[in-house]
Amino acid sequence: MEQGRTGVALGAAMDDRLKSELQRAGIFVTSLEGIYNWSRRSSVWPLQFGLACCAIEMIATAAARYDLARFGAEVFRPTPRQADLMIVAGTVTKKMAPQVVRIYNQMPEPKYVIAMGACAISGGPFKQGYNVLKGIDRYLPVDVHIPGCPPRPEALLNALMFLQRKIDRQTLDASRPLRWYDPMDKAEFPVPSYGAHDLTPSSNRAFWKPEATPRNEG
Amino acid sequence: MTPDAPPSGAPAESLYGPRSYRVWGDDALAGQFLEVSMGPHHPSTHGVFRMDVVLDGETVVRLKPVFGYLHRNHEKLAEGMSWLGSMPYTDRLDYLCSMTNNWAYALAVEKLAGLGVPERAEYIRVIVGELTRLVNHICLAGFLLADLGALGTPLLYAFREREKILDVFEEISGARMMCNYMRFGGVRADLSPEVLQKIARIVDRFPAFLDEFERLVSGNEILLSRCQGVGVLPRDLAVNAGVTGPMLRASGVDYDLRKVDRYGIYDRFEFRVPLGEHGDVYDRYMLRILEMRESISILRQALAQMPEKGEILHPQAKLRNFRPKPGEAYGRIEGPKGELGFYLISDGGVCPYRYRVRPPSFINLTVLEDMCLGQKVADVIVIFGSVDIVLGEADR
Amino acid sequence: MNAERFAAQFPGVQWDAATSSWIVPHEILLDVANFLKTDPEFRMEMLSNVTGVDRLPAKVKTKGEDGKETEHERPGYLEVVYHFYSVSRKQGPLVLRCRTEGRETPILPSITPLFRSAEFQEREIFDLFGIVFSGHPDLRRILMWDEFEDFPMRKDYVEPDDYEWEPTPHDAVLVKARRRQVADSAPPRHDA
Repeated sequence: MEQGRTGVALGAAMDDRLKSELQRAGIFVTSLEGIYNWSRRSSVWPLQFGLACCAIEMIATAAARYDLARFGAEVFRPTPRQADLMIVAGTVTKKMAPQVVRIYNQMPEPKYVIAMGACAISGGPFKQGYNVLKGIDRYLPVDVHIPGCPPRPEALLNALMFLQRKIDRQTLDASRPLRWYDPMDKAEFPVPSYGAHDLTPSSNRAFWKPEATPRNEG
Repeated sequence: MTPDAPPSGAPAESLYGPRSYRVWGDDALAGQFLEVSMGPHHPSTHGVFRMDVVLDGETVVRLKPVFGYLHRNHEKLAEGMSWLGSMPYTDRLDYLCSMTNNWAYALAVEKLAGLGVPERAEYIRVIVGELTRLVNHICLAGFLLADLGALGTPLLYAFREREKILDVFEEISGARMMCNYMRFGGVRADLSPEVLQKIARIVDRFPAFLDEFERLVSGNEILLSRCQGVGVLPRDLAVNAGVTGPMLRASGVDYDLRKVDRYGIYDRFEFRVPLGEHGDVYDRYMLRILEMRESISILRQALAQMPEKGEILHPQAKLRNFRPKPGEAYGRIEGPKGELGFYLISDGGVCPYRYRVRPPSFINLTVLEDMCLGQKVADVIVIFGSVDIVLGEADR
Repeated sequence: MNAERFAAQFPGVQWDAATSSWIVPHEILLDVANFLKTDPEFRMEMLSNVTGVDRLPAKVKTKGEDGKETEHERPGYLEVVYHFYSVSRKQGPLVLRCRTEGRETPILPSITPLFRSAEFQEREIFDLFGIVFSGHPDLRRILMWDEFEDFPMRKDYVEPDDYEWEPTPHDAVLVKARRRQVADSAPPRHDA
């Protein structure tokens, strides 16, 4: 075992054959990191928050046939204070965008965002509309994008599994501290305000850059 | 005390201010009004709907709906795309019932262009339209009961049945929810005998499911006490406010466009129009259950009468470069939520000059305040749930 | 019969055959609507659909008496279209149109005191077309936010320039893409 990493990586350092042998004997060996991530990934509580068409598919995913509960994410919380995951299910309009950002700010850390469907990703079929936000990633950091209009419930399940893999990769290693253990990092994003013609600002330029127009076009 | 004149010291414009909660009046308890913003993020507003509710204790003294949180500019976008290009957008209006939205739009354009529909296509339209009505009404019953506190079970039952019908839609159109199935002058794909058998099986089993559902909830004491006599909508107000669909019929007005307009081939089927007596939430709930039974009867007749073979698209129907002659048309159908109309103006070009959706969800909400005044705040959710709206259609 | 009686009752009302509707001067709109609502032969007690139409100034050709086509400027106007139905007599629709004078300060009488169904629809027209309905109990924006200043359903509405790069621009998007290309020509890629 390396110096300075007390016990945290013991399970990770142990070789897999030994692990499974011990398991057969009734001894389950894992790392602190492993069990920490496992417990977090198995109880992702989504926010009960539907915006448009995709919300119906989100409900269908939670219902009996697709059964989101198999992945530990069936506890839909109506309040952002108790939720880990925001599924942006549907078109975010400019009128709704400040509320979405505000709800995100109210969620406790660590928090994740799934942009479900074409509208949440980019505005989708309604992209040219004057009241349609062209992607929630203009204001919020998105962890998983699911294409589709609307995505099938299987796609949402896949996105959740993808998010779980993402959670699995998070480390307790002190040399690479997680962002949300930093007390100075509030992970709160400025809420846009209603302007005379558009939202102000029309995007959060701190982390969102518009795609430049290629020269050779047209 | 009337809410129109807020107690001294409260600015009148505060009603629509940005703050969510506000107490009027200086006295500790006497005559205080509390303004609560319900929504747009609320588990029971069926999407992103907001109500500015002013409360006297728990009693509602004023309620103003706030729309637009899902205003996706459908009408403006439609003015910039081809006639057929708007068809997939109609799916996303009332996203629980894409088939009937398609139908209403196709009907309006057919009226505008003077296009006929082959017989088999008409039968297919009736079949998918009534299946859509089943989907909508059963989901509504599930959502309404979830709002009433029956968290889970009725909704799970409803979605179980919905999945069976969505499987059929997927098989015939390729998509579960957004079917984009109808075309001007017909439908896009034919129903194979296997699909028809599948539909027949669903239709045969649906009444048993409805019986089960009703045994589970319809006579439930909580449901009765929370729904009966709540949110009464008087008949005259319903007509005057343009309320349509099950809401209007629950108030006792015999007005079903399938009987009145007899669009499509609805004159060939025998079915009854259920009417309510009291116009309360319970009537609206029961009316939808009864309508589902009538839809089953229509479906049985349509499946039996349907011609074995035939065209599904009018030979003169044009898919590409479709330009109806200048003029205008208003086509409407009895959607599951009410009168769904499309008002179209053509200037002879490839795009509509004006494209207007007459959204039943939006207009039915005109009377929301009238139904809620004097009720308790907890009943607002129930009354709102019984209106049956989908925000995609209300805001467009 | 009915139509003739209607035309005789209100001489100011014109029948427009092209759209199968009656063009009503705004001064008598409320009288006409009240007549339709209460007359026992019409009983149009449901105002189903109210909507706006924007007509930009255009050149129209009219045939004179000598058979010659003359072209003249038609000023722009906004128009409100009403669809009436009779629930008790199961008749309809009867379509009325009411036009504003010009597009600068369009004012029409509100029909909401007679038909509640117009309440939200007139607010929507006010919001999207900018027609002011005098006598409306609560005329505010309904779909857009209160601070919004434009009228987006008007034909000459210019939306905020938030064009994003698209792999296959076409039609109106291509126009935007070209415009942005000109604007982008000086700064390097990924300008903030």
